[in-house]
Amino acid sequence: MNAIDPLLIARWQFGITTVYHFWMVPLTLGLGPLVAIMQLMWHRTGNERYYRMVKFWGKLYLINFIMGVATGLVQEFQFGLAWSEYSKFVGDVFGAPLAMESLLAFFVESTFLGLWIFGWNKLPRTIHVACLWMAVAGSVVSAYFIIVANSWMQHPVGVDLVNGRPIMTDVWAVLTNSTAISAFTHTIFGSLGVGGAFLLGIAWYQLWQRRRDGIDTLGADRRVIVGEASDIPGRDRADHGVWLVSLRIGAVVAMVAFAGVAITGDAQAKLMFQQQPLKMAAAEGACHTGTSFSVLSIGTLGSKNCNDVIPVIEIPGLLSFLANGNFTTDIKGINELIPQYQAQYGTTLPNNPIYGDRAGTTIDYLPVMEVTYWGFRLMIGFGGLAAFAALVALWLTRRGTVPRPRWLMQLAVAGILAPFAANSAGWIFTEMGRQPFVVAPNPSGVDGVYMFTAAAVSPGVSFGEILFSVISLTLVYAVLMVFELRLLVRYVRGGVASAIPELDQRNDPDSSDDGPASGDVLAFAY
Amino acid sequence: MDMLPTLWFAVIAVLWIGYLFLEGFDLGVGMHLLFSARNENQRRVMLNAIGPVWDGNEVWLITAAGATFAAFPVWYASLFSALYLPLVFVLLGLIFRAVAIEYRGKGTTVRWRRGWDVALGLGSLVAAFGIGAALALTTTGLPLDANGDRVGGAFAWLTGYAVIGGLAVVGFSLVHAASFLALKTDGDVRSASRRFARRWAPIALLPLLIWVVALQASRGSAVTWGIAAVAVLGGVAAWLANGRGREGWAFVGFGAFLAAGAASIFMASYPVVLPSTIDHAFDLTVGNASSSPYTLGVMSIVACFGIPVVLAYQAWTYWVFRRRVSASSIPEVHPVRPAVRQR
Ligand code: HDD
Ligand code: HEM
Ligand code: HEM
Repeated sequence: MNAIDPLLIARWQFGITTVYHFWMVPLTLGLGPLVAIMQLMWHRTGNERYYRMVKFWGKLYLINFIMGVATGLVQEFQFGLAWSEYSKFVGDVFGAPLAMESLLAFFVESTFLGLWIFGWNKLPRTIHVACLWMAVAGSVVSAYFIIVANSWMQHPVGVDLVNGRPIMTDVWAVLTNSTAISAFTHTIFGSLGVGGAFLLGIAWYQLWQRRRDGIDTLGADRRVIVGEASDIPGRDRADHGVWLVSLRIGAVVAMVAFAGVAITGDAQAKLMFQQQPLKMAAAEGACHTGTSFSVLSIGTLGSKNCNDVIPVIEIPGLLSFLANGNFTTDIKGINELIPQYQAQYGTTLPNNPIYGDRAGTTIDYLPVMEVTYWGFRLMIGFGGLAAFAALVALWLTRRGTVPRPRWLMQLAVAGILAPFAANSAGWIFTEMGRQPFVVAPNPSGVDGVYMFTAAAVSPGVSFGEILFSVISLTLVYAVLMVFELRLLVRYVRGGVASAIPELDQRNDPDSSDDGPASGDVLAFAY
Repeated sequence: MDMLPTLWFAVIAVLWIGYLFLEGFDLGVGMHLLFSARNENQRRVMLNAIGPVWDGNEVWLITAAGATFAAFPVWYASLFSALYLPLVFVLLGLIFRAVAIEYRGKGTTVRWRRGWDVALGLGSLVAAFGIGAALALTTTGLPLDANGDRVGGAFAWLTGYAVIGGLAVVGFSLVHAASFLALKTDGDVRSASRRFARRWAPIALLPLLIWVVALQASRGSAVTWGIAAVAVLGGVAAWLANGRGREGWAFVGFGAFLAAGAASIFMASYPVVLPSTIDHAFDLTVGNASSSPYTLGVMSIVACFGIPVVLAYQAWTYWVFRRRVSASSIPEVHPVRPAVRQR
């Protein structure tokens, strides 16, 4: 085998592209429903404020959405490209949710979004709103199906083993996999957290700009006096309401999302203690069987014999509570679990040609502990931080605008990143905690339905090919990220006038002020 | 005969034909943007003719891949891993194209727009070529061993068939897009597109015809020869209709050329889904590459419900955006300026 084997590089590729895809995804999933609600509000109340909100946030939504589409394409092909053995092994079950996702979700998502983008002034208003709702529903359904697929790798159900391959026997069991239900709800709430923080951070920036430019001021009663700046496009009185309402919606959504994430996450943790006990033990740094939850441990967490891990702060009983809902049941630690795994699934990789030179090597059942331990804590930590910040933000803006200090504004904008980080940490924990399996065995399922990651990679594909794709995709993704961020920043800086050019009187000096351009001209065009 | 696998072979053929038909003009428009458009306004007319629909069309490809995974996992695994490099290029091309469509209009400098035009045009070209090459090799075969893995290195797929298939899809897309633009736009773009189709169709459609005939010669039956003949008739009729200014009929005719041509290829290939050029004992067939009857049954129910619904709402989209796009329907661009007080 080469010094660096294709397996490692294939894993890096999957990790990089998927984590990257999941920066676009939670924003699409989180912002979409919020924009759809804004448009519904506009439709119902006719209030101009909501129209501006739809236009502005909708623009940012689209700038992000397209990157989700572009990177999602790669995902659909990846399983066949570098993971052909995996695809052959699981295809009978795993392909189905993927195909359903395209047929029942992606078509809806992309077609109705096209209708929404180009449908301004063309479709009747009710239908136009409905198109956005359809597109958003498509996104949510797509998230469900892909998580069904992923959850089957975490917890294979609904199959029989025929000729060494899992064959689907019960599609309903696959679609209602307990893991899928909890992971799906958890992910949706996690995404809403992203949407909420996004609204909050950007709206804060806008309100801060208005204060810095002396448009809004504080009166004697310390309440806001909303002003108007005729020389800056879009900075009129209504503009203030756009941002204040956006900020409050964002803060509330971020807090609700965190509550949802905590409840569903708790359910998921309870499942994981049964389904993948070693993953959770590694996430706890729990070497020895016991009941304590570690808040902080130090030492060489990656070490195999666990002796170097020194718990610093522990809360007795909490681990047991997380897993079982009581404080006294012992949870098996790593030292007890590993021999169990070895007895059940072997100590060395089988002498099967599909393992190549890795056949016969010792299996390491312990996932990389630094990753699982810190992944779990960062996920919860960043999520909690965002929710707490949202609460503080509501308090600080109770007088109808944001405080003057620049650093507070910078903090609010930086806070946009916290839920993104929590989401990435959550997935990295979930996926890397599943190692060394690519399909983790189901302790209460059919014997033999599992697969080691070492067996999953395409045997015919060379190291050079995978290296080429990893490098080219990473570079292209990095470049496109620069463009996406530049555009987002440009449109955010422009305020609502960037999405509604009519607000900018300088743009059409000869405008006769008779509403939207009539006749033939498209309301929107690329 | 295996009923369900055969049905799914047909479904996948339909998905590919749908993809080539719909994305054919999207990819073609992308390429035309590079060399047929005379000025910025014309480029925007072309782009906005596909604006509302291109993303929905792209999903036909995703669904073709997903359906292959679900119904023929071994086919999916072998084809994609054997064609690793060309498919990575297809993906890179499609990534650039998608982002370019959305982003090119969001800047005002000439450099910004030219840059994204190149990304859009080259992305479309590379994607069209790669998909054509991949599909041609699916029908003519790859050096696969008994396990369905490619032997012979990273470039073992690079044969004359790959080139013909690539040219076939590029050529067809260019003509199909010209005919689409003639139908969907007005003014200069419309007349220039008609001229393009009249002048180039006979040459640009040739590679696809070669592919069809080569496959019929080796594996065709009377029926598939008949369908291939329909394709030729469609192409000739389209060319004549285009010359007479019957844009609707021309578009239908070029579409029929593709649909019948591709159908004749798929039908002649059946029941082999991916031949091995090493030993026909290693061929992947409808029988040995498919999923279990249960999975295929479930997917059949989903497809019976899903495909007609998709066709219905996509057709509705084309109805909503049926008006021709012309130079005067393109709104002005407004620069985005920071909404702050200059200091
Ligand atoms: C929890 C949600 C979620 C997860 C885990 C994934 N995706 Fe995704 N994906 C979406 C949620 C999503 C979405 C929200 O529906 C996107 C984002 C932007 C968009 O256009 O749709 C999307 C886009 C998207 C597209 C483009 C669709 C289009 O053209 O409209 C494809 C082909 C995939 N994804 C495929 C995948 C695969 C194969 C994944 C697994 C490795 C994956 N995604 C992970
Ligand atoms: C969007 C959220 C996701 C993220 C951030 C994510 C992240 C990762 C990471 C970091 C790895 C590398 C793990 C390692 O090599 O140790 C990985 C591997 C993998 N994931 Fe995911 N994943 C996500 C969703 C999915 C989904 C939805 C599927 C399947 C439907 C999936 C299937 C796989 C496969 C097949 C591998 C490769 C085998 C392996 O290395 O374990 N992932 N993922
Ligand atoms: C009280 C807080 C939380 C708890 C108890 C919790 C629990 C969990 C658990 C146990 C998993 C792993 C499940 C598995 O291995 O399949 C997980 C995964 C994940 N978490 Fe959390 N989590 C919390 C907060 C958050 C927050 C705040 C976010 C994001 C904003 C988040 C996003 C994710 C994501 C995206 C995944 C991977 C996908 C999945 O398996 O659902 N979590 N979480």
